[in-house]
Amino acid sequence: MRRVMLFVPLVVALVVGILLASGIGKDPSELESALIGKPVPEFNLENLREPGEMLDQSLFRGEVSLLNVWAEWCPACWDEHEDLMWLANEKGVRIIGLNYKDQKENAFRFLGRLGDPYQTIIFDPRGTLGFDLGVYGAPETFVIDARGVVLYRHVGVVNERVWEEILLPVMNQAKGNS
Amino acid sequence: MYPELGQLALIIALLLAVLLSVVPLAGAATGRDSLQAFARPLSTGMFVFTGLSFAVLTHAFMVDDFSVAYVANNSNSMLPWYYKFSAVWGGHEGSLLLWILMLAGWTLAVAVFSRKLPSTMVSQVLSVMGMICVGFFLFIIVTSNPFDRLLPNIPADGSDLNPLLQDIGLILHPPMLYMGYVGFSVAFAFAIAALINGKLDAAWARWSRPWTTVAWAFLTLGIALGSWWAYYELGWGGWWFWDPVENASLLPWLSGTALMHSLAVTEKRGVFKSWTVLLAIVTFSLSLLGAFLVRSGVLTSVHSFANDPERGTFLLALLGITVVASLTLYAFRAPVVHVRSRYGSLSREIFLLLNNVLLVAATMLVAIGTLYPLVLDYLNLGKLSIGEPFFNATFSPMAVAAGLLLGAGIFSRWKRTDGGWLARKLLWPLAVSVLATTAVMLVYGSFAPWAFAGVFTAVWVTMATVWDLWDKSASKKGRWYGLKRQSRSYYGMVLGHLGLAMVIAGATVVSNYGIERDVRMVPGGSAEVGDYTVVFNYIGERQGANFRAEYGEFDVFLDGKQVASLHPEKRHYPVGMSVMTEAAIDAGLFRDVFIAIGERISDEAWAIRLQYKPLVRWLWLGSLIMAIGGFLAISDKRYRIRVRSEAKDTASTGEASAAGSKAAEANA
Amino acid sequence: MRFMPVILAVLMVFALPAHAEAPPEFYDFDTQAEEQRFRNLIAELRCPKCQNQNIADSNAPISKDMRDQVYLMMQAGATNDEIVGSLVDRFGEFVKYKPPVDRRTIVLWAFPAIAVFGGLLIVAGVVLRSRGRDSNGPALSPEEKARVEQMLADKDQSSRS
Repeated sequence: MRRVMLFVPLVVALVVGILLASGIGKDPSELESALIGKPVPEFNLENLREPGEMLDQSLFRGEVSLLNVWAEWCPACWDEHEDLMWLANEKGVRIIGLNYKDQKENAFRFLGRLGDPYQTIIFDPRGTLGFDLGVYGAPETFVIDARGVVLYRHVGVVNERVWEEILLPVMNQAKGNS
Repeated sequence: MYPELGQLALIIALLLAVLLSVVPLAGAATGRDSLQAFARPLSTGMFVFTGLSFAVLTHAFMVDDFSVAYVANNSNSMLPWYYKFSAVWGGHEGSLLLWILMLAGWTLAVAVFSRKLPSTMVSQVLSVMGMICVGFFLFIIVTSNPFDRLLPNIPADGSDLNPLLQDIGLILHPPMLYMGYVGFSVAFAFAIAALINGKLDAAWARWSRPWTTVAWAFLTLGIALGSWWAYYELGWGGWWFWDPVENASLLPWLSGTALMHSLAVTEKRGVFKSWTVLLAIVTFSLSLLGAFLVRSGVLTSVHSFANDPERGTFLLALLGITVVASLTLYAFRAPVVHVRSRYGSLSREIFLLLNNVLLVAATMLVAIGTLYPLVLDYLNLGKLSIGEPFFNATFSPMAVAAGLLLGAGIFSRWKRTDGGWLARKLLWPLAVSVLATTAVMLVYGSFAPWAFAGVFTAVWVTMATVWDLWDKSASKKGRWYGLKRQSRSYYGMVLGHLGLAMVIAGATVVSNYGIERDVRMVPGGSAEVGDYTVVFNYIGERQGANFRAEYGEFDVFLDGKQVASLHPEKRHYPVGMSVMTEAAIDAGLFRDVFIAIGERISDEAWAIRLQYKPLVRWLWLGSLIMAIGGFLAISDKRYRIRVRSEAKDTASTGEASAAGSKAAEANA
Repeated sequence: MRFMPVILAVLMVFALPAHAEAPPEFYDFDTQAEEQRFRNLIAELRCPKCQNQNIADSNAPISKDMRDQVYLMMQAGATNDEIVGSLVDRFGEFVKYKPPVDRRTIVLWAFPAIAVFGGLLIVAGVVLRSRGRDSNGPALSPEEKARVEQMLADKDQSSRS
């Protein structure tokens, strides 16, 4: 057995070390959406604000928008709502709301207290559209282009940093492409 | 005032560890006995101060000192006292302190039990252990101080220990596990010492063996306890999930088993030295890797402590320095000289080498399966999950192969085994194994290829072990004399292998023949699981120490006769606002009947999980027997012989002396 | 209750998404085999939100939704591949505990065979190389023997100190 073979374990250890180092600080439970590049799934759900009016996937055509999944029972949604108001009012971003597994009274109470940044709100009491979108925990925010195709999904709260570094570049690219 | 004493004690222990790393090593290098003489007192002092620190933390828990942040996060005034005690290691900082206490304890043990070793060797070993201690003391003092205070706003009460941890499992499992993990540091230290002083010989292997075996035995117990605890605590009847943290404990166990067997060859025949040293380094490195994986948050696991990048980085640095330094030393100093020895293709050396191949392959398999998601994520190739389906498909064949090899290898002889002779020896065990396995298939009512393979392997190992014992204990002076004549080391091996057979049997049977059902039941109704009928009598409520519980009464019948009355519960813990399912188990040597309450379906109906688990206890009984085998082996009188005879033995293992070595060779 | 599966199947034909009806409170099966199939499926699917649990053991709401989906699709006659596929389409490959066999994972799946085979080659090499060697080497000459004896006696002395 040559001396050089004895260095193999060391090399292997160094490679493993680099691998492990790369994993530190990353959140292993952050998943990329499986729908990137695919159109928003078909749905037929009620408009929260207009009882009886049904909405479907054509809602997203025509303009690049954010789809924000939220609910009154979700504590982090309370945290991020102020930032959504800022995005809608100051930055003029078109935000569609998906009220996920919630009750109408609670949803309205939430909006009454914190404000309403949404152009339209989809009422999804059983979470069926959420399920089809691969939502696994509110809040989540999707970037959807003018053709209704999903471009990106952010898990967790939206704040100024997330907007500047993550969502805005994706939206700009979408606008540039259309 | 008190908690700061604990911190101070740790700092003093750190200083002693630094001295321990340097002074005896310098003494060994320069041949100065006066410096080497510091090794034992420094080890003692380090242990005393670590123990003091641990005692201070324990005291803080027992008196509900919530000014200490760690106590406030892991305890509560309503917690029963025995859980307050085990809560000391319920979280990251405290469990790390337990780890360090064990490390100091093992260091002291080496100092105490190595009076017969050359003093240079002892000095070097203790210094290496001191270095490991320094690393961990720095880690705990700098990043994970258990004595941080919450002044001036002392909380009125603590956040409580996670209800899942309020169990005897927490009292037993981590201490046993850490004894194993940390115990492998001794084999590691011996290996490093041998690389430093260049005396890598059969004597080194002989000294390393008992330390390795006892660490392995503790790790076996620790893993078994974890499996048993998960089984009854989590309410799903599962006993192994191939979770990254579970895998992290399996890695040093597999590698440690290979090491144990490789040390046997090096001790007996003086060969495979470089390989054995590498295994010793790798095994302890895997222990450290395990510690890293649990505490860094790099992999998702139900068992991990809180994610903290700072701690992760520090621990990785510790791991990195230890592994890189030891492997570099290995690459430069391990012997490459070819030993002038010849082995037949069926010799015991080759069988043990094959054993090592399988065990190391299995270790690498588990490691790769656990870390592969990281690799793919690093290369931006997506986020994949690798779990039970993968490991069951790939690990089981290896376990079967290892078992089959074991049966044949037991009969093998050092240097050369005659193929024809071996085949004839194996004929009877083979025949009996086939018959017995078929009988088992008939008893359980169905044939499945993997069930057959697993049971056959277990029976095969048992048959071969018993056959070999029968062979060896044949004596003109009678069977009893022949049995008494075998060494404890041999019996240790016998128990080790029989225990393994039990584990394989248990795992195979419960996986293939176990029955799991979720049924809708109303009080007064009944359901079937396997041959058992379960009658749901009623649902009641009771108040526990720190919880309120809904419990159900279930009567279990077999062939019309009642065999058990079980009371599973759903416990509501007000402090943490959590709900826990407590399963009720009718335990038996050959089967468990397992009942857990699920969700309430309607006013009357509940979803009840019923399970029939044949031979599930064999998993843990087998592990216990394996561990007992390990402890038995190290009590062998060969480790207690005096200096004079030891010097003689050390001289004779180097040469292949014909006379008198046959008896020694016959023992594994 | 018995007609539920039939009603569901009929609805499946007409409904577009698989969500026309309320989620089942409890999973009823016609045969033991079907129950086992369900159990196997949910044991191999991962809860996307939990700390490494399959959807069988997890209490998370998303796990319940996924179990419902598995059940409903089973009742509608879907194959295992279709069921797993529908979940992967929504949540990604992450939710499968069995990694796919593709270019990325071929090393992973082939590893056991590679490792064991490689090990066997090494062992074969060890055996063959040892064959080329003489077992005990040339015998020691009387002077060499005396030297060895002297060295052993010295070692005896030093190890006692």
